[in-house]
Amino acid sequence: MDALLGPPKSVWEGGPLQASDHRVSFGGYRRSVENRRLLLPALHAVQDRIGWISQGALGYICRRLTVPPAEAYGVAGFYALLSMEEGPPRRAHVCDDVACRNAGGLDILAGLDGRPDVHPSPCLGQCDRGPAVFLQRAGEEDAVLVSTTARRVAEVLDGGAVSAPSVAVPQAGDPSLRLLRRVGVVDPASLDDYRASGGCAALARAVEMGPDAVLAEVKASNLRGRGGAAFPMGVKWEGVARSPVKPRYLICNADESEPGTFKDRVLMEGDPFALIESMIIAGLAVGAERGYLYIRAEYPLSAARLEEALARMREAGMLGEDAAGSGQMFDIEIRRGGGAYICGEETALMNSIEGKRGEPRNKPPFPTQAGLFGMPTVINNVETLVNVIDIVLEGGAAYAATGTEHSTGTKLFCLAGAVARPGVYEVEFGETLGGLIGLAGGVTGTGRLGAVLLGGAAGMFVGEEHLDMPLTFEDARDRSAALGSGVVLVYDDDADFRDAARRIAQFFRDESCGQCVPCRVGTVRQEELLARHLGGARLEEDLFDDIAKVMMDASICGLGHTASTAIRSAIDLGLLEREDG
Amino acid sequence: MADGADPPGVTLTVDGAAVAVPAGSTILDACRAAGKDQPTLCYLDNLTPVNACRVCVVEVDGNRTLAPSCSRPVEEGMAVGTDTDRVRHSRKMVYEFLASSADMGLVDEQTVRWMSYYGCDPARYGPQAGPVEDRDERTAGHHRIGDGHAAETVHQSVKVDNELYVRDYSRCILCYKCVEACGEDAQNTFAIAVAGRGFDARISTEFDVGLTDSACVFCGNCISVCPTGALMFRSEHELRAADMWEEDRQTVTRTVCSYCGVGCNLDLHVQDNRIVKVTSPIDHSVTSGHLCIKGRFGYEYVQELGDLAVTPIDEVLRRARG
Repeated sequence: MDALLGPPKSVWEGGPLQASDHRVSFGGYRRSVENRRLLLPALHAVQDRIGWISQGALGYICRRLTVPPAEAYGVAGFYALLSMEEGPPRRAHVCDDVACRNAGGLDILAGLDGRPDVHPSPCLGQCDRGPAVFLQRAGEEDAVLVSTTARRVAEVLDGGAVSAPSVAVPQAGDPSLRLLRRVGVVDPASLDDYRASGGCAALARAVEMGPDAVLAEVKASNLRGRGGAAFPMGVKWEGVARSPVKPRYLICNADESEPGTFKDRVLMEGDPFALIESMIIAGLAVGAERGYLYIRAEYPLSAARLEEALARMREAGMLGEDAAGSGQMFDIEIRRGGGAYICGEETALMNSIEGKRGEPRNKPPFPTQAGLFGMPTVINNVETLVNVIDIVLEGGAAYAATGTEHSTGTKLFCLAGAVARPGVYEVEFGETLGGLIGLAGGVTGTGRLGAVLLGGAAGMFVGEEHLDMPLTFEDARDRSAALGSGVVLVYDDDADFRDAARRIAQFFRDESCGQCVPCRVGTVRQEELLARHLGGARLEEDLFDDIAKVMMDASICGLGHTASTAIRSAIDLGLLEREDG
Repeated sequence: MADGADPPGVTLTVDGAAVAVPAGSTILDACRAAGKDQPTLCYLDNLTPVNACRVCVVEVDGNRTLAPSCSRPVEEGMAVGTDTDRVRHSRKMVYEFLASSADMGLVDEQTVRWMSYYGCDPARYGPQAGPVEDRDERTAGHHRIGDGHAAETVHQSVKVDNELYVRDYSRCILCYKCVEACGEDAQNTFAIAVAGRGFDARISTEFDVGLTDSACVFCGNCISVCPTGALMFRSEHELRAADMWEEDRQTVTRTVCSYCGVGCNLDLHVQDNRIVKVTSPIDHSVTSGHLCIKGRFGYEYVQELGDLAVTPIDEVLRRARG
């Protein structure tokens, strides 16, 4: 705590009583509001150091920050990775989500059943090399195990060492790659190597062009967001850049948590400088003085590499008072999430940065009008931002020549499940779903396709009839699907879809923030209905539709809107019917 | 603008009828101006809208999803539907979801009427699961997976940890009103907040400590905003438990609090010549419905005169006083 905030300045902050403290009082509402944004980092500091947050520790945080203890408790308890109970110093979170569960995740949980330091976990973003385990270690860095076993997890929990897994992409070395061209090829820790491979050229060019010209190129590129909503990036940027209100903020959403998604992790681990460079270009273009990079806690390697890249680029003068010689102030702060899928929702993420519970806000107002701290804010996904480099270097019109008219550029897809070569693939928009699966070596297992979970838990199952669908935003929409975050989780025809559907229902119930009634209760009733059906009862389809409809119509955010789509699609494709009956 | 002229107005339609309201009004304001009141649960005139319950949703032409009327500002030319199929469906479902998971037995008459208007049938989710005592210990992101044959509920035992009021969270629908009244909207005490996540979210003090160990100052403003009777005077709770709470025999006497010079209006709810509850009118210019511990609970001296005849409810009230 004190490492984060420095020693307490007076008795009012929890320090020893000094003579000077008798004459001043220090605290109050404004101070509480100003300090609130430090709450999550403070909670992390305690969790990292001692492995749980005791009542005394919470009390100390509250005194230092002037935050009411009840509210701090409400914030801490919102996050799955902040523990309020004393436990073992090391905890393993074993992924049993859609990709990992049948790749060995369930076996690990069964093998370690009964250990108090082992917990099941939603998707950890390592779907191409499952089963994955996220390790929290008091007093040490968090770590990740991939392609692991129960024996190995037990060994590490009992004190064994861990080394970081390397990052590679199946297409490495392919000259047509754009976003992935440096991943697995260039040293992610060296700014010199980054520069030698063409890095920082876009930033220099952007400074030379000036914010208005950069904005014009971004608009001309027709780039649409890659986080799931496919909103045109230029519109967001322009809204903020033209706003008369200051300060403005830039946020990079790196809270990649959609089950089956790991593309942003690969970019951040493999090419961290590119993301920081893109953020600087974006920050300067929209006139933001501060950028936040909000990354999920389950990505310790990405966070470490980004911290390192940030430090190198700050040393090189690309951040700070006069960022990259632009004459503008811009700096970036990295924020870690706490284990909450909902914080990938843009307004929930802002509340999380502000030190509040990660509950989504009602829109309007939109972030471009009133975002972080109520100020105009641009928030973009990692993959979206990294595209900016090519847009600046080539020009928006040249960039827009790739892909299709309404889906410009290339797209990263996360191939996992029953495919020969799982991993992140970069293809031009317009490649078909079948072509993409072919690129990954085709269907394994029985060799016959059962279904594809397209877009993750918030997406839908699609069958063979979608294999000819070009992967573009418009084609997906025309066929009532969505690309979402680029998840292509492949199942062969022997897969247990009933089990997959149940896990998805469980996921949404666990990850609902609980704020609005349709989603808070609807995700529970949906899971119960599915459990009855899988237990042998007739499917209550009318009731399912009623539940799905209210979540879709009346929930505050996208979590509720999409909480039933995958299960609905599984019903429609007949995937939940018993083979024997 | 001439003196006394109205601020610039916004014209919209509610169920096809044109209505003009001042700019900055909400859709709910416009509906009320058009004579079409909407159901609400988490909304109250003296609190900031949190738009969490979603029972006031309306259909706005051109919007993909329904909009919470309590907080969405009106826009020129907006076309609002308050009784469309989608609106009726969502409202019915919200009420059903709440009634299938919490005890709604003490909601106001209006809510009862709306629930019957929308044809709610909470029983269709199966029999309700019985009370559990571990809700305060549940951790985010994990839950026990059942067989689906009982609808999960928030039922649990009543928290009785002081003489002034009780917390019966089996009735809690998580409308956030008590948190707002305890916090920035009235008392600025911040003794309670929403803790946990998802269906396991609950109203709690830090680490679920008792109210007497928390920051609570016992102003009782949370009680006055609670729409379901989850927060209740200890006296009312005891009288109800003894089957002696008889609202139709109670009188309400408006008076001014005698403690300080602020001039808060008090409504004394009296049964058998004994004060059983104190409220303040929500439209009172001094209180906006909020009081302090003295006005809310400091009435004992009025009835401890020693010469009153003992009534049947005295023993119950004495128990409530500890």
